[in-house]
Amino acid sequence: MATAREYLADWMMPHMWCSGCGNGIVLGALCRVLAELGLGRNEVVITTGIGCWGKADDYMSTSAFHGTHGRALPAATGIKCGNPNLTVLALMGDGDGATIGGNHLIHSARRNIDLTAIVVNNYNYGMTGGQYSGTTPAGKRTTTSPAGNPEREFDLCRVVAAAGAPYVARATVYHVTLMERLIKEAIQKKGFAFVEVASGCPTHYGRLNKIVGPVKMMEWFRDSAVRLGQGEGPLVIGKLVDEDVPDFLERYEALRANTAVDTERDTGR
Amino acid sequence: MGKIRFIQGNEAIAEGALAAGARFYAGYPITPSSEIAEIAARRMLEVGGIYLQMEDEIASMAAIIGASCAGSKSFTATSGPGFSLMQENLGLAVMAEVPCVVVDVQRSGPSTGLATKPAQADVMQAKWGRHGDQEIIALSPTSVQECFDLTVKAFNLSERFRVPVILLADEIVGHMRENVEIPDEVEVWPRRLPTVPPEEYRPFRPDADGVPPLAFYGSEYVFHITGSMHDETGYASNDPKNAQRKVQRLHDKIHKNRAHLTFVRTRIPPEAKVVLVAYGVTARSARAAMEMAGPGVGLLELVTLWPFPDEEVREALAGGKVAVVPEMNLGQVGREVSRATSAEVVGVNKANGEPITPYEILDTLKGVM
Repeated sequence: MATAREYLADWMMPHMWCSGCGNGIVLGALCRVLAELGLGRNEVVITTGIGCWGKADDYMSTSAFHGTHGRALPAATGIKCGNPNLTVLALMGDGDGATIGGNHLIHSARRNIDLTAIVVNNYNYGMTGGQYSGTTPAGKRTTTSPAGNPEREFDLCRVVAAAGAPYVARATVYHVTLMERLIKEAIQKKGFAFVEVASGCPTHYGRLNKIVGPVKMMEWFRDSAVRLGQGEGPLVIGKLVDEDVPDFLERYEALRANTAVDTERDTGR
Repeated sequence: MGKIRFIQGNEAIAEGALAAGARFYAGYPITPSSEIAEIAARRMLEVGGIYLQMEDEIASMAAIIGASCAGSKSFTATSGPGFSLMQENLGLAVMAEVPCVVVDVQRSGPSTGLATKPAQADVMQAKWGRHGDQEIIALSPTSVQECFDLTVKAFNLSERFRVPVILLADEIVGHMRENVEIPDEVEVWPRRLPTVPPEEYRPFRPDADGVPPLAFYGSEYVFHITGSMHDETGYASNDPKNAQRKVQRLHDKIHKNRAHLTFVRTRIPPEAKVVLVAYGVTARSARAAMEMAGPGVGLLELVTLWPFPDEEVREALAGGKVAVVPEMNLGQVGREVSRATSAEVVGVNKANGEPITPYEILDTLKGVM
């Protein structure tokens, strides 16, 4: 059985992420989970779009598909339909998953295609220099909201839950054990499983919002996250939705079995 | 012996795709291509394939690329505005060298235009709709039979050259009904799979013809596919030499294999002084106009639009012949004929959502003969 290390493309190191970035923490968790689940590197396909977390596939030794900005989910959808035996993971940042790809996110959740979507939310566009995204909180500063963000932010987990995803969970890069458990459950979940990982971008978001340095970012997550059922707040962490409903391919096959006769009659074939 | 069916062009396209082995369709409905989606939705249930109605054309294009990588022959169908939305991921398919077929049943534009009326104005969009230097294959059917035959050919060329192939149909061939012979079996070009041991597989290392073998996700091969600049391993590379080599190879694998993918039909009497250059449904009016005009007129039908059949056009127009190019746009292929030859080019152009009649072509022929 492969060790966590073997899922890492160590020949691609050093990685390009800034010091203090949370992406490496999520990548490490993901590699450990794949090892625990004993999945072959050829049985897993990672899809990504563009952005800092969208570079994650470069550092993975599994099969991968690095597509266009915001399109990791529809590509993953096609891959899953092309070979339903594959474990397909879509890794997206908040730009990819929530902003340019927001339409794909809600429809993938509604369609309930059997995928795991992991959105690493660092509240801004890190790759292009720290502009505001669909998850940048109202009033927060970025390079394109110098006086504060005039727009309101998505609560991604609520959006995805409302769109019908059977599994929705949130962790932060401070809560690594929880994150690993949630990612593992999400991969094992049949249907569209969504994990949001709140992550720090000390280079852009932290610096502009006076949370200076990686340690301060970690303390911010430690102090602002609230475990599910233990209070209110914008950053409730834990498993928020866990339901059992037939996924898209299951429904499709059931309908195929039921409608074969009708189809013949309708077309006169 | 196959069976003869009296069907619509759009149905022939869907049947051609299934005959070629397509088992995945992802699309977003748009007139005048919608029947392809409707037939695919029904027929995929019957043949064990999957029909997916995506949230938009961007997602549709991404999904067919993904399905193809996972081993399912895939296609989508759209019309002008939807084709515009597909350009982003069509570029990805070119860069990542993923076979798939995109059917564009052309309609009037720009923008929503005369939404359901025919046009042939996506010729340049097919070639240059994406950013970056790249080559693409585009085929243009003139009849319902050809809707079937060229769809099969599109899949075969796509697999053979690891490139997305565009079937540039138009509203008229898409919606007209004709007898079509559907053979029991068609020639299917199988995907060239790697033969090396898994650890030696490089998804972007070309064979002698410039085309790399492509494995399936889930097979014993582990590999990366990417739209970012990459080396033979499929991992990102910013090396300028590698980038130049990659872009050049994308060009060369089409251009150096032109003999396998450039199709034209030529009927040029020895005494012809004028040659009609036509494609798609307009070629039918050109045929009729040629009959009416007499032996001074020849006809060159372009089945392959991209890569543009430069040599065939040059040859057909040699000896100071005049080219008359009827097309339902303001001169997209006419300009290509001018680029390829020194011949005088006279266009018969119409962009009002109506077909070009044989008489309109005849009028122009009389003027130049």
